[in-house]
Amino acid sequence: MSDVVERTLSALPGLLGQHDPGAGPGGAAGPGRVSATSRLGSLIRSITALTSKHEEEKLIQQELTSLKATVSAPTTTLRLMKECMVRLIYCEMLGYESSFGYIHAIKLAQQGNLLEKRVGYLAVSLFLHENHELLLLLVNTVVKDLQSTNLVEVCMALTIVSQIFPREMIPAVLPLIEDKLQHSKEIIRRKAVQALYKFYLIAPNQVQHIHDKFRKALCDRDVGVMAASLHIYLQMVKEDSSGYKDLTGSFVTILKQVVGGKLPIDFNYHSVPAPWLQIQLLRILGLLGKDDPRTSELMYDVLDESLRRAEINHNITYAILFECVQTIYTIHPKSELLEKAAKCIGKFVLSSKINLKYLGLKALTYVIQQDPNLALQHQMTIIECLDHPDPIIKRETLELLYRITNGQNVIVIVQKMLDYLKQSKEEYTIISLAGKVAELAEKYAPDNEWFIQTMNAVFSVGGDVVHPDIPNNFLRLLAEGFDDGKEDEQLRLYAVQSYLALLEEEDAFYPQKFLQVMSWVLGEYSSLVTDVDPEIILTRLHRLLKKTFVTAETKAWIMAAVTKIASRTTSSKTVDKLIREFSTSLDTCMRQYAFELKHLCEDKVLMKSLFPFDASCNDIVVDASLSFLDGFVAEVLGHGAAPYKPHHQRQEEKLSQEKALNFEPYGLSFASSMSSSGFTGRQSPTGLSFGSDTSGNSAETGHKETNSLKLDGVKKLWGKEGYLPKKENKIGKEDEALTVPRGSLLAGHVADPPVSQSDQVATFSEEEKEKQQLASTLFVGLGSNAGVSLMGKADMAVQKFKRKSKINETQNTEETPDIQNSAALALGPLLDTLPSNKEGHEGNEHTRLRKASLDSSDTTEDNLAFEKPQSLKKPGLDNRLLDSRLSSSSLFADSNIEIFHPSPSAQCESASKTLLAPSLPGELAELPHSEVVELCQSDDLALHLCKVWTDDSLLLTMFVSNKNTSALNDVNLVFEKAEHFQILESPAYQFSVIEAQSVEHCQQCVQMDKICTQGNLPGSINYQSGMETHLEFSITLSLLDFIRPMEMTTEDFGKLWLSLANDVKQNLKMSSSQDSFSAALNTLQQKLKLHIVDIIGNEGILACQLLPSVPCLLHCRIHAGMLALWFRSPCSALPDSLLYQCQKVMEES
Amino acid sequence: MIKFFLMVNKQGQTRLSRYYEHVEIHKRTMLEAEVIKNCLSRSKDQCSFIEYKDFKLVYRQYAALFVVVGINETENEMAVYELIHNFVEVLDKYFSRVSELDIMFNLDRVHIILDEMVLNGCIVETNRNRILAPLFVLDKVAEN
Repeated sequence: MSDVVERTLSALPGLLGQHDPGAGPGGAAGPGRVSATSRLGSLIRSITALTSKHEEEKLIQQELTSLKATVSAPTTTLRLMKECMVRLIYCEMLGYESSFGYIHAIKLAQQGNLLEKRVGYLAVSLFLHENHELLLLLVNTVVKDLQSTNLVEVCMALTIVSQIFPREMIPAVLPLIEDKLQHSKEIIRRKAVQALYKFYLIAPNQVQHIHDKFRKALCDRDVGVMAASLHIYLQMVKEDSSGYKDLTGSFVTILKQVVGGKLPIDFNYHSVPAPWLQIQLLRILGLLGKDDPRTSELMYDVLDESLRRAEINHNITYAILFECVQTIYTIHPKSELLEKAAKCIGKFVLSSKINLKYLGLKALTYVIQQDPNLALQHQMTIIECLDHPDPIIKRETLELLYRITNGQNVIVIVQKMLDYLKQSKEEYTIISLAGKVAELAEKYAPDNEWFIQTMNAVFSVGGDVVHPDIPNNFLRLLAEGFDDGKEDEQLRLYAVQSYLALLEEEDAFYPQKFLQVMSWVLGEYSSLVTDVDPEIILTRLHRLLKKTFVTAETKAWIMAAVTKIASRTTSSKTVDKLIREFSTSLDTCMRQYAFELKHLCEDKVLMKSLFPFDASCNDIVVDASLSFLDGFVAEVLGHGAAPYKPHHQRQEEKLSQEKALNFEPYGLSFASSMSSSGFTGRQSPTGLSFGSDTSGNSAETGHKETNSLKLDGVKKLWGKEGYLPKKENKIGKEDEALTVPRGSLLAGHVADPPVSQSDQVATFSEEEKEKQQLASTLFVGLGSNAGVSLMGKADMAVQKFKRKSKINETQNTEETPDIQNSAALALGPLLDTLPSNKEGHEGNEHTRLRKASLDSSDTTEDNLAFEKPQSLKKPGLDNRLLDSRLSSSSLFADSNIEIFHPSPSAQCESASKTLLAPSLPGELAELPHSEVVELCQSDDLALHLCKVWTDDSLLLTMFVSNKNTSALNDVNLVFEKAEHFQILESPAYQFSVIEAQSVEHCQQCVQMDKICTQGNLPGSINYQSGMETHLEFSITLSLLDFIRPMEMTTEDFGKLWLSLANDVKQNLKMSSSQDSFSAALNTLQQKLKLHIVDIIGNEGILACQLLPSVPCLLHCRIHAGMLALWFRSPCSALPDSLLYQCQKVMEES
Repeated sequence: MIKFFLMVNKQGQTRLSRYYEHVEIHKRTMLEAEVIKNCLSRSKDQCSFIEYKDFKLVYRQYAALFVVVGINETENEMAVYELIHNFVEVLDKYFSRVSELDIMFNLDRVHIILDEMVLNGCIVETNRNRILAPLFVLDKVAEN
């Protein structure tokens, strides 16, 4: 087939010359061809005749002018408009914007008959992007077409929806599309699923309620519909595989049927059944089976069959095999399959076809991390690929080698990488490869010289494109040193010597970053070199300063180095000369440096104390609060100066003055508090501390502000509790020093080369021998016959430059000298990741646990008495409890609050069947809590859960009931790490003994780590009863479990509102039952635990917080039957998720 | 995920372009020029996958026309390589022996075909009959 195509296409140039293109080759086939005389025809003809960019520009400009006139002329027919659209598509394709036509594309989609409409939609999808404002104009057309009786129109509408659709208008079409899932035609169902996939991608929350419909689509009788649903499943499984384990069987069965050739024949591609579908299924299986022996078990058979079936020698079967191998190596391993997969990789790697070889290398790179032995099997092929003429193959091979690097082969591998780096011109390749070399060098360096030389190579080849982390890390490594002081000194000494040698050459050119590194090292450590006169070093630095290629930033580094060196010499001619030269420099910065240096040189004692030797790692104390200015500020204020206002506040004020009408709610409310000085915290950790009354307590304000201030190299000395002692830090350092393995440095070059092929060596030619040798150096330390160490162990033993403790690392990032400036600026939105307020909870938790264990004896008695779990459904009881229990300051103080039950759990039916009904101990029972639901059970025990919503946390009370007649020992309850949630304290709990027929309980305090509307917290319970038994369970937690009302005054609200950046607006239709505004607000208050701050006319403001303390504010207004919601929060994800809950609640009520 | 789908001839003229991630118009032409330069610089015996910036190019040449697909690391290169061929086969079936001029004169139809096969950067349909069915209906209506 492809031959035919190629022949036809190669005949083209001839055709172009002879024929009139319009009537030409395309003219014979199909209906509706373009006629040669049409405008489109002539445009195409002109385009093919173009010879230069200049001509093209002229032609297209003309075309655009004529198009502009035509599309806006009222006489233009739809048919002509369609042609115009295609011409516009041409213009845009060639790179000329034709935005005047966008609106006409939308019109064409609206008015045209079938083909015209399709072209209109096509043009829209090509012209507009996701957030284009014109897209809103398309919504009505789409809605109309979705309801059309003409299937072709429905199809088009579904296609456009799955290509491009405004996120906020999804609710307008969602019900229509859901209906289409039941359509009798497969194509409609298929496209509906595709549209839902699009929605899932852009607004997962909006389609959360139709997950069961996805399941239906998966089981659809039509292959196409099922295949479409796989896209959604792949995405969902990628995000959280635990929720879809039960579908493994279905995916396996589908794959079995596809592989077994049960699909209609037209799904075959070159006699391979639905290859792309197979690939999709294999990917899903891989994700499901990862780290899960039980699920993996289910798929071994079908994977085996896939490997077996893919025998035909066609590219597409190799694509399937590749995916299959990846899946086999991703899931829980089975040796038999691994063997087959390994053999399969051999087929790829040894293939003469280059594309297959590439794929083989890629597979090998993936697989080698699990099984380094495979590298040994294919070592000769890898060596060959390393010298392959195709740079792409080389690059892929280096990637592979990077993964198998250890202390013994690092020199050879890094050399190969540097060789490649030197030839490479592509910036992206340089960045990534230089990063890898630096990483390997730091991890496995055998000695100081090699390390410094390698880093020199990285800096000179990588130039200024290398990632800023590389020089930063390198300098930090030098400055911090390792465990051995002598070793540190030698490394520094060698660095200084090597840089001096490099700078000796007069005309050498080095990248700026390299020069900066050199000058810092020379400045800090040049005094370690005793046999070189400091004057020589200063001359070399001085020479650099006069070079034209040296940038101003680098000059600053050099000047710093000069200053440091000058502090250690008594007097220097070079320094004097330098001061003289630059005191008159036109560059103001240089002049400034020169003057500073001059004055410092006059007082050597001061200078020495300012630049202590090797003190770059010591902490510098800075008074960040600027409290020493307090007196000055007070004095100036006393003289009637205006108090300081931060930039955003000034801007807000300016805006509010400019506006004739104040559209910003509460925009002026802060004016009353303006009498105070001090500044408003935009992102204060508590969300409530704004401004301070006088400059007197500015120290405290300063502390709060540390989040947003740039405090490089500042150590926090003062906390809320006063001076923070330094001890902590020191202890960390010492501990680490003890645990770091020592003395492994000499273990470097041992290990015999692998002998697998040694008996053949005799017959090899010279060249082959060379390769053999290379192989033995490359693959040393891998696999069993190398004897010394596998990768993991080698890591531990040979790593030379082991970093000090983690604490240090993070701190030092801030302390490295100003090379970090750029990184520090990117502090970004701070509250996006939730602050974990651990200490606050720990105290509470301890007391609770203690109480709980004291209570446990009572509970067991209760349990025997068939007591039904207490629930809060009865409001009367509720109120009484709440009133009596909670103080007025409690967040649940609103007496009409109703506790929302987030997860309608199906399991609760069976809960009542169990004999042992667990219930909460007295203390907790009086707090708001959910019903007790069953999580899992076996013959021996049952696990129940009750959520307790305390003011400041979510407590999961877990009940373990022993159903046996004998006691159970060592019952372990373990929570797994969940993406969205965090268990405070330890995620495991052990019951040493649970008496027969009794219930024990424990509590875990959970926080939401990453915002989601709903998520699963998986866990398991282990116990011994004859044999080891393992039960898994999963707890569904909703966002609302973590939302608490937040009390504040209207004024506070106004202030907070202005300080928050992320906002989300949405209009909700109000149902008839909640036509009154206050009713709607009450619903929100009761169901979502929002606190109503104030209601003014038809506007209301509400506030809540996500535990531990992320505020979210809501402003709502009623307008023409619509409820306009406006959320603001410091955390960008919170408003979205909360909005979703609001919608749900409003729909339900 | 597929990032873009291009058809460019040896002279570097774009004949079809579809982006699945928004790229500004003037950046598109630059990208296309670089992409085709990359493809042209490679010989027949070199492999059809190129690492380009942070994504990969998979290309296939038909006479003077290159079909180039930009993908990210999650995609299987060989599967995309064959997708290109499947696409060309579909075009060949529809136009009964497709040529570069067919593609130029029927740009809208080629786009409609591609839209049936690839959506949002995902391969959604590979069955030839099903890909062409909607277009055949449109053609039939247009004929009447």
